[in-house]
Amino acid sequence: MLLQKPPYKNLIPAASKSMLTIFALFMLLSMVMIAPDTAWSSSDAAAVAEPAGEAVENMPAPTMGPRDYRQIGSMSSRSFVWVVAQLHLFLAAFVLAVPLFVTVIEWIGVKTGDQRYDDMAHEFMKVSMTAYSLTALFGGTLAFSLFLLYPTFMGYMMEVFGNQVMVYALLFFLESGVLYIYYYSWYALRYGNKKYVHLTLGVLLNGVGTTLLFVANAWATFMMAPSGVDDAGVVTGGIWDIMRGPLWNPLNLHRFVANIAFGGAVVGAYAGYKMLSARTMAQRAHYDWMGYTANFIAVLAFLPLPFAGYWLMAEIYAYSQQMGITAMGGILAWLFIVQAVLIGTILLSANYYLWNGMSRCEGAKRYMWLIKYIAVTLVVSFLIWVTPHTLILSAKEIAALGGSHHPLLGPLGIMPAKNIAVNLMLIGTFLSFQLYRRADKVITVPWAGFGNALMVAIYLVAIANVIFLGVYFGYFTNTVYKVGSSVAQVVSTLIVIISGVVIDSMMFKGAKTLPVKWGHISNRGVYALFALPIAFTWLMALMGYVRSSVRTHWHVYTVMKDNSVDNYIPNIGHAGNMMTVATISFLLIILFIFWVASLSETKQALPAKQSAK
Amino acid sequence: MTTKAATKEVTAMDNDSRFINQEQGGIPVIVKVLAFMIFIILVFTGIANKLPQVEGQAPKDIKVDLGALTMDVYIAMGETLFKGKGTCTLCHNNLGRAPDMLVMNMEETAAERIKLAEYKGDAKDSESYFFESMVDPSKYVVPGYGKKGDPSPMPTIDKAPIGLSKIEMGAIVAFLQAKDGGEPTVELPTDAPAAAETASAPEPPKPAASAEEALTKYGCTACHAVLDSPSTIGPELKTVGSRSSKEEIRTSIINPSAVIAEGFPPIMPATFADQMMVKELEMIVDFLYESKGADTVQDASAETAPATEPEAAASTDTDQEGEK
Repeated sequence: MLLQKPPYKNLIPAASKSMLTIFALFMLLSMVMIAPDTAWSSSDAAAVAEPAGEAVENMPAPTMGPRDYRQIGSMSSRSFVWVVAQLHLFLAAFVLAVPLFVTVIEWIGVKTGDQRYDDMAHEFMKVSMTAYSLTALFGGTLAFSLFLLYPTFMGYMMEVFGNQVMVYALLFFLESGVLYIYYYSWYALRYGNKKYVHLTLGVLLNGVGTTLLFVANAWATFMMAPSGVDDAGVVTGGIWDIMRGPLWNPLNLHRFVANIAFGGAVVGAYAGYKMLSARTMAQRAHYDWMGYTANFIAVLAFLPLPFAGYWLMAEIYAYSQQMGITAMGGILAWLFIVQAVLIGTILLSANYYLWNGMSRCEGAKRYMWLIKYIAVTLVVSFLIWVTPHTLILSAKEIAALGGSHHPLLGPLGIMPAKNIAVNLMLIGTFLSFQLYRRADKVITVPWAGFGNALMVAIYLVAIANVIFLGVYFGYFTNTVYKVGSSVAQVVSTLIVIISGVVIDSMMFKGAKTLPVKWGHISNRGVYALFALPIAFTWLMALMGYVRSSVRTHWHVYTVMKDNSVDNYIPNIGHAGNMMTVATISFLLIILFIFWVASLSETKQALPAKQSAK
Repeated sequence: MTTKAATKEVTAMDNDSRFINQEQGGIPVIVKVLAFMIFIILVFTGIANKLPQVEGQAPKDIKVDLGALTMDVYIAMGETLFKGKGTCTLCHNNLGRAPDMLVMNMEETAAERIKLAEYKGDAKDSESYFFESMVDPSKYVVPGYGKKGDPSPMPTIDKAPIGLSKIEMGAIVAFLQAKDGGEPTVELPTDAPAAAETASAPEPPKPAASAEEALTKYGCTACHAVLDSPSTIGPELKTVGSRSSKEEIRTSIINPSAVIAEGFPPIMPATFADQMMVKELEMIVDFLYESKGADTVQDASAETAPATEPEAAASTDTDQEGEK
């Protein structure tokens, strides 16, 4: 039995008690430091720095000159900080995300009583542990780089955020402590009620990690949409006013969800690599299952991301229409073509993996005839999505094309066509997922025929609705209806997903389960697990770049101008090259992490002499 | 795949310790995986490098010699500000985000608006209306373009992030008044305070020196038979002056969908109103109007050449030495 009842007195071990006490003291200290009515709050930071009784007014944001910027040799400061910050963010996203789904997997292990979930969760954490120290190293390098290369800017940020940055540092200490205890106590707190103490540690770890993320997000969103300061940048509010800008919560949600998708994709690649390198069928089966689980996590977290992104962009438009248009319809708009390629890669890879995974089960043969139709839909939709609206062409190219808009491709370049394409891709992906779930089932409920007919009808009506709304309101009415119809299209897609999950869960009651042969996926199918993290990583770099670039030539939008030599938005090619440098660097770091994680499993054979003894 | 089913099968496979026949001497898995991942990265990089490469330059502050400022230079400066630092064309374009001011006759529009009952401002003429619209855009919101709560989504132009100075706003007013053939009423800033003498203004881009250069610059020869081009994609323009008035030619350039020539597809870009400088547009209109037959082309180009001189002067009149 997994859960053995220990004596009550051991329910909370002494170590955990001490840790909880430290945590409570820490939280108390943090609250005192950021409370707006104390002398430690940011708005009173100047008063704290000066002798008592001499009130000093807060300073406005400084006007930047050449002396406010430094360089390391001839290296571009922006490029250096760009890569270091991106690597820190990649690693941080990974180490914050892994404990989130590890705790859930650990909980599933407790509920099902199967130790394999526990082992898988522990293995995911092992990969994350090496990444944690590297995150800290890159974080420290980033902080030093910023203070060295942008001292005046960082001085202003310290003036604004004051002691909040120390809260971040303290949270980091706490995160480290809880993380090490959580990982190293895995086997010490594995059974009985001790397991619940371990799970509590997991929840605590995620609570601290998520708080860290939100605190750091406030710095980024303050730079985009400053709050708690006046037009000149003088601090007028408390730290809570400064943190709680209009973009803070949308970014919090977006990064939280995106991190999970990213983390799932990275550990999926780990499982894929281990599977391809497996020496026994048992290992291959284990890592196939691990890869499937990781892919499931990544895709599940990925599906709501567009909605989180929509909220963030809507808030950006509400804050500044000019900023929104700069991102979506201005100089940065072309980047969304690259985004379409990346998201298309993610969806195609996820589908390809599911189709290949169906070879694990004989029951999947019933549905194989549908795959080619889904594949065609996905590819055609993908091509429509990446069709640009306007092109910058030479006179020769215009002549060859027959005008600036190709007569055939012109209508496919506008949003209504793309809305149809995206929704069809999401519906197609869900259909692949649904077929995969049904592959190992023989449905036995008496109303199976009706259930299937209902599901088919929902698909057909939704697809017809998505196409009709897009074509009619997109091409035959004015802009207002065009925008409104896209909401109805998304609702159609959501109805397919929600009704599919509900109808299937009802139909699966009492279903006969067919055998599944883990490890029997083709090697080619496993390569989809490597395409996913690459597309996610590049996508993260791209969207982070867009988010940062909407500030245009401002360090802090409307408050502090960027007067450095790098105060322009670089062209897409240059930005893409920077993203590639960051992604390849991250790839090499991740390989190092995987190697270190595997190293702990390697045992040297006993030398011959000692063996003989 | 349900959790329980997955668990059951993993259990079954877990005891299978059969050795998998690995290929001996083949390419190691790590090399294949790495090559695959780098290939995908390079595909993404290639796509990013194949797209149009445009840089978003920050507006540069330059000194303006107010003593030597002429109205032509001031109008040209206004046009550059309108399309550059002022970021007006980000919304005021043909995409429907805001009224397309480059196509509209703004003098007439202003005169009509200040008489409307919905107008809440104090402007009495186009000059004061344009100034007021920039510093207090909610005084009048064109129906269909407002938003809840805060009526106008337009930013206040004299504040960050745009932050135009009074001199710069005056230049935009001059441009809006002049672009449809009107006479600017805004006064040239000649006695500004010391601080304003170094008003920031973006460097005006160099206009085409002749009508021929402008026609080539904007790719007209790609589709139209004009100059040396024999292209038949669009209507021929070597004799356009014999069948169209100046106004018709002007309209065809800034709003090509207004009248589509019979037998030709509606493919002419509608972006020239945003791209062309006023002087360039007028040079092209004059040149095409004079093109009534093959023999007149050379004469017409010769006649239009002197017309470019004030524009050239406009570029040199401005002290382009940056403050930084």
